[in-house]
Amino acid sequence: MSKIVTKPKLSRRKFLLVSAVAGGGVLIGYAATRPSRHRLANDTLASGGDRFVTSWIRLQPDNRVTIYVPHAEMGQGVHTSLAMMAADELDAAWELVDVEQAPATDLFANEAVVAGFGEELLPEFLMGLVNFAALPAAQIVNIQITGGSSSVRYTGENSMRVAGAAARQMLLECAAERWSVAAGECATESSHVIHSASGRSIAYGELADDAARLEPPANPVLKDRSQFNIMGRAISRRDIPAKVDGSAPYGIDAHSEDMLYAALRLAPVFGARLASVNAEEALAQRGVRKVVELEDGYAVVADNYWRAKQALQLVEAEFAPTENDSVSSAVLAERFDRALAESNGSRDFESGDADTALEDAQDVFEASYRVPYLAHAAMEPMNCTVHIQGDRADLWTSTQDALGIKSRVARVAGLSEDNVTFHNSYLGGGFGRRLPFTWNVIDHATLVAMEFDVPVKTILTREEDMRQDYYRPAVHSNFKAAFDAEGRVTAWHNRFTGPIQVPGAAHIPYGIPNQSIRVVDVETHVPIASWRSVDHSQQTFFIESFIDEIAHRRGINPYQLRMELLQDHPRHRNVLQVAAESAGYGSGLPEGRALGIAVQESFGSIAAQVAEVSIGGDGRPVVHKVTCAMDCGWVVNPDTAEAQIESGIIFGLTAALYGAITIEDGRVVQGNFPDYEMLRMADSPEIVVHLVESGNALGGLGEPATPPVAAAVANAIYILTGQRVRELPIGDRDFSIDQSLAGNV
Amino acid sequence: MATIRLNGELRELDIEPEMPLLWVLRDELGMTGTNFGCGIGNCGACTVHVDGNALRSCVTPVSAVEGRDITTIEGLAQVAGGANDLSPVQQAWIDYQVPQCGYCQSGMIMAASALLARNPSPTDEEIDAGITNICRCGSYPRVRKAIRALASA
Repeated sequence: MSKIVTKPKLSRRKFLLVSAVAGGGVLIGYAATRPSRHRLANDTLASGGDRFVTSWIRLQPDNRVTIYVPHAEMGQGVHTSLAMMAADELDAAWELVDVEQAPATDLFANEAVVAGFGEELLPEFLMGLVNFAALPAAQIVNIQITGGSSSVRYTGENSMRVAGAAARQMLLECAAERWSVAAGECATESSHVIHSASGRSIAYGELADDAARLEPPANPVLKDRSQFNIMGRAISRRDIPAKVDGSAPYGIDAHSEDMLYAALRLAPVFGARLASVNAEEALAQRGVRKVVELEDGYAVVADNYWRAKQALQLVEAEFAPTENDSVSSAVLAERFDRALAESNGSRDFESGDADTALEDAQDVFEASYRVPYLAHAAMEPMNCTVHIQGDRADLWTSTQDALGIKSRVARVAGLSEDNVTFHNSYLGGGFGRRLPFTWNVIDHATLVAMEFDVPVKTILTREEDMRQDYYRPAVHSNFKAAFDAEGRVTAWHNRFTGPIQVPGAAHIPYGIPNQSIRVVDVETHVPIASWRSVDHSQQTFFIESFIDEIAHRRGINPYQLRMELLQDHPRHRNVLQVAAESAGYGSGLPEGRALGIAVQESFGSIAAQVAEVSIGGDGRPVVHKVTCAMDCGWVVNPDTAEAQIESGIIFGLTAALYGAITIEDGRVVQGNFPDYEMLRMADSPEIVVHLVESGNALGGLGEPATPPVAAAVANAIYILTGQRVRELPIGDRDFSIDQSLAGNV
Repeated sequence: MATIRLNGELRELDIEPEMPLLWVLRDELGMTGTNFGCGIGNCGACTVHVDGNALRSCVTPVSAVEGRDITTIEGLAQVAGGANDLSPVQQAWIDYQVPQCGYCQSGMIMAASALLARNPSPTDEEIDAGITNICRCGSYPRVRKAIRALASA
């Protein structure tokens, strides 16, 4: 961005910015202002006067286009998808398009994310940030977050497309003026403006300098879906070539000759303070430079990570006792159950009168479910490299929130934010671990680096990564259903432990007249954060298991019951039907196999899944196939969409089959992959994906495939064995089939 | 001192014999294509070839590989005869759009290459047994598709 000659002026109410570029070319930016004159921006932005640039498109004289994408690439294909959206509106030739991640500066702060969530329900991880909207006008918000399955549906729709459309319109006008013809006689195609009547054609690049002198259009017109050339096509991801030859840079790959490496040990009991350290032996080891004592842990710094890690084991340290030193998962489970027994909680959703319906019921059915804490276990262990030189710092880390991290490092190091340079990299997995407010490694890496004037790379060992995470909350959830004399479901009564991270996740789409859904908040010392799909992963397991139990209680096919209770939700019905038909629901299955079904709406998309399951000779379930029908409105890139769905299913299935973080003596028991097992190739089911385009607003895709799979598998297990899974993970539970117990569907 | 033959080149290093090959590659040589995942030889993110066999470099002391041919992801194309091009496995990974976050894929590609070198047409069961690497993004269906395509090529 250093090549900008004329600094774009961000005036109020101007949301498109045009500037000349040194050496020729034009830079077109989209800044969401509030209020905006653009209808799309008006639709999504609240009132106010702040402004935020979210997209830049740079057109060079040689006709190449660079699209700057303001989100992190963590495997979801967002660099490619967002560039496709801008390039399509621009009518650019895709092979002339380069994609770069926008630098972490306030100019790219991602207002569209907050605006989009403001309309539905804002997840907690953004709550602290949206309050920034109350700051004085013209103060630019520091939001450049990649999360909440938001990139394509908010930044893409509200920003990338608008910038592309504006650029196209300006180039068209420049050509018309040059040819002295009406703009209406010209068209655009493949990075050229065309005047068919005279057979003339000119490359965009030749018009770039002219365009730099134009005022941007007030209301660029977006394409109709029928006009898309690039969106809707399965386009190869731009980040993949570097990911097959080892050259893709991740945060952990920051490297220099003079670099030092830090291995960190933090208090095993969350919240404990370091009491004493004896580092004598560690300091005597080859390559060890220093042992840095921190409030809640210590770091060994050496000239090679392995040396640091080896010496770390030689440090003798004690942590001060805390009131949580004897807390275990069993203690927490008791605490959860007691809270649910003693409190009626606070309102999440109420309709009708569930209590009266339960009193008047012919039959009441109750069930209790629970799920454990889960770690993120991204393949790239948490790490952060900081190089402090005087009043400046350079920063390398894989993050979903570059601006937040930059500001955090500045604060911890006592530097001006403007003096901290963040270096973009790919993420070796995010899944929520690399979102704001999960600062532990960042803070520690900064404090350690402050002791040196060379770059220091702090890496958590896998064990520390697993034991110092911010976990998916463990949740207990109790249900009651009331049936009238005709067997109709008259009440849905649900009490679950909080906190709620995503409001609405426990709400149900089912047409049950009396509903009472309440949350009982329970405090623990275990740190929690967003985990792929956030509350939906737990709540969908509960809801979609219990609705299945209701169906069996009534002796109705679970698919049929769902269809009956979803009369007002045609999109739900549609994906259920597509998934069920594709999976062969109701038709002959191989001997010993059953189909379990589940449906859930999250992040604006609706996913139905059918799991085909059998019980293996060892009594453990074998998931053969998962069929998913996904209505995400419409699809920008079908291939990355399918990849995200495959990924979400395997992520959810891993949790359903294996995932458990347990607490003993106040600390996390699991430390590495043998005891926190992952689904691998041999257990990976066949996955069949149906992208259902309803034409509704774009929904997210990074997360919505994760929630339904646990219930789909559990529901199939019930049909096979008559045994109901009410606690995850399924783990080593022996489901050896007792035919006398098998369900009747 | 240790001498290793890495991607066809001899490298002399002043390091402890017990230092795992992974950290020799990453920290001593700045070759960051081979990745650290678990440190206990479980996840496979650090997989390299030693004399053509897949080996987990995070638990392989450098003394164990002295005098043997070590190939990393950076040298795979060359060793496969692709010079500056990609090896067939790498190309298949692009054709089938296998990687997501991509962090495990260096190891995955090294494991798949070694499997196909010793068994050019693996069955699904042999793929299951041969590819034990962890991919947290769940690229397994595409890894399988890419290997099947290579097997039938």
